[in-house]
Amino acid sequence: MKSFLSIFRSPTLLEKTVEKCCISLNGRSSHLVVQLLYKYGVRKTHNLSFQDCESLQAIFDLASCPHMLRAPARVLGEAVLPFPPALAEVSLGIGRGHRVILRSYQEEEADSTVKAMVTEMSIGEEDFQQLQAQEGVAITFCLKEFRGLVNFAESNSLDLSIHFDAPGRPAIFTVKDSLLDGHFVLATLSETNPHSQDLGSPERRQAAPQPQADSTPHLDDFAGDDIDSYMIAMETTVGSEGSRALPSIPLSPGPRRPRSPSPHSEEEEEAEPSTVPGTPPPKKFRSLFFGSILAPVHSPQGPSPVLAEDSEGEG
Amino acid sequence: MKFRAKIVDGACLNHFTRVSNMIAKLAKTSTLRISPDKLNFILSDKLANGGVSMWCELDQKNFFSEFQMEGVSAENNEIYLELTSENLSRALKTAQNARALKIKLTNKHFPCLTISVELLSVSSSSRIVTHDIPVKVIPRKLWKDLQEPVVPDPDVSIYLPVLKTMKSVVEKMKNISNHLIIEANLSGALNLKIETELVCVTTHFKDLANPPLVSESTSQDRNPEQMAEVHIDIRKLLQFLAGQQVNPTRALCNIVNNKMVHFDLLHEDVSLQYFIPALS
Repeated sequence: MKSFLSIFRSPTLLEKTVEKCCISLNGRSSHLVVQLLYKYGVRKTHNLSFQDCESLQAIFDLASCPHMLRAPARVLGEAVLPFPPALAEVSLGIGRGHRVILRSYQEEEADSTVKAMVTEMSIGEEDFQQLQAQEGVAITFCLKEFRGLVNFAESNSLDLSIHFDAPGRPAIFTVKDSLLDGHFVLATLSETNPHSQDLGSPERRQAAPQPQADSTPHLDDFAGDDIDSYMIAMETTVGSEGSRALPSIPLSPGPRRPRSPSPHSEEEEEAEPSTVPGTPPPKKFRSLFFGSILAPVHSPQGPSPVLAEDSEGEG
Repeated sequence: MKFRAKIVDGACLNHFTRVSNMIAKLAKTSTLRISPDKLNFILSDKLANGGVSMWCELDQKNFFSEFQMEGVSAENNEIYLELTSENLSRALKTAQNARALKIKLTNKHFPCLTISVELLSVSSSSRIVTHDIPVKVIPRKLWKDLQEPVVPDPDVSIYLPVLKTMKSVVEKMKNISNHLIIEANLSGALNLKIETELVCVTTHFKDLANPPLVSESTSQDRNPEQMAEVHIDIRKLLQFLAGQQVNPTRALCNIVNNKMVHFDLLHEDVSLQYFIPALS
């Protein structure tokens, strides 16, 4: 991912000098080839090696989320500012007088002798463009990913919508403008006894409409039409070992599954190896990029919206 | 036990934030003493931890527009709270351009110092950030360990040079040695010295002023050229110097020969005393 980003490091310079950019997969040498065609016939070719990987598929349904709020990313950016950088999770809820409350989440079993500071941000309804939720609802999710997402949306001055349901169900964050339609799915912490939910939770069985036709390696995200879905499926487990590993999606989630109590992994769904399709036709990529439709790149190893933001800088 | 206070003035708020930042740099956990007129931040390290002690005092009136407190009892109208200094400074950091800040002693499952900040936002709406800083209420019987330290009669008392300069010198010395000798005399000379098997480094500061002697002390019949010296842990000195972000209005260094060094700083209306004991 890093090497991919480094190609597009200085978007302003690239914009001035580069006429075309071809991205293709070289099947023989298993390289992702990025060619930048500069003015005066100068051509820069980057061969990036990549690993085949299973991508995670989040199953979610926007329509099933009864609660929704929408605000400029700047408002949410200011809202997360007071929270300490090390804080893992944050709760979002609706408080009295329809105020939106963000509160640092602390695990109950946290060492009782060393108590951490609890920070709470309360924002008036007026700052939100849309607020569709009753008082009293609350969800808890990862702050780090949320921060990245907010940063990304803020740098593009987008509005951020948050769709959510009961605790434990995925929360979907959406950004949208003329070029880009992004869905970010974050798991939320379930408030109820985590062990009472079994792994084969309803979400998995219920055939939620899948935004992407097939589950594929990450590049196939581009293979859709103009509008790309960028998805993060996060696993936030309260398990002892799992809980600290949450920012990264396990590369091989298979063997992990039985070990972790993972009450929240319901929205995480890996592609079955058999469904990994062959190399998509390079033509498709080309046309996509010629259309200067810049889509955030889905990286299964470290799905950081911040990283995506860089490659998005040209847009 | 009750405590609530409010700051509305931006300058006061900034000043208070600066103080709390300084405290956070000087001490990981500190004791906040609340009395009707004064706030004190206190550190009194166990001897095993280096025995450094700190006494920071600020006048309540200079900061707060409202200040109410009710101590343990009428005779002991004081409150002692132990808190993580960083929490306080972090909480105040979010109050950079706040409309108002309230501090309150609350009990939310456990005792907390609740800092509630009313933020200015672009729109007319109000945003409120609250921080619940967990605190430990210190029982009466332990108060005696937290009284203002008695400043011993110094052998030499001298005004410090610009603290930034001192800091950069000490920072470099720290790479070479763990101990530092600080020595000064009554004719305006201050030396910072490190000695190792391989190298000795001394930085000389000259023409510093000595405050007029106040008390009838031994130092009066002292030879002005004679140095008083003390060996201290270099990290403790550096920590003290690093905590000073703004140059104080007055910075005094008192050396008790081979016993301790006492720094007495005045930032406008906040006084800070910092004691570093000699290494045995």
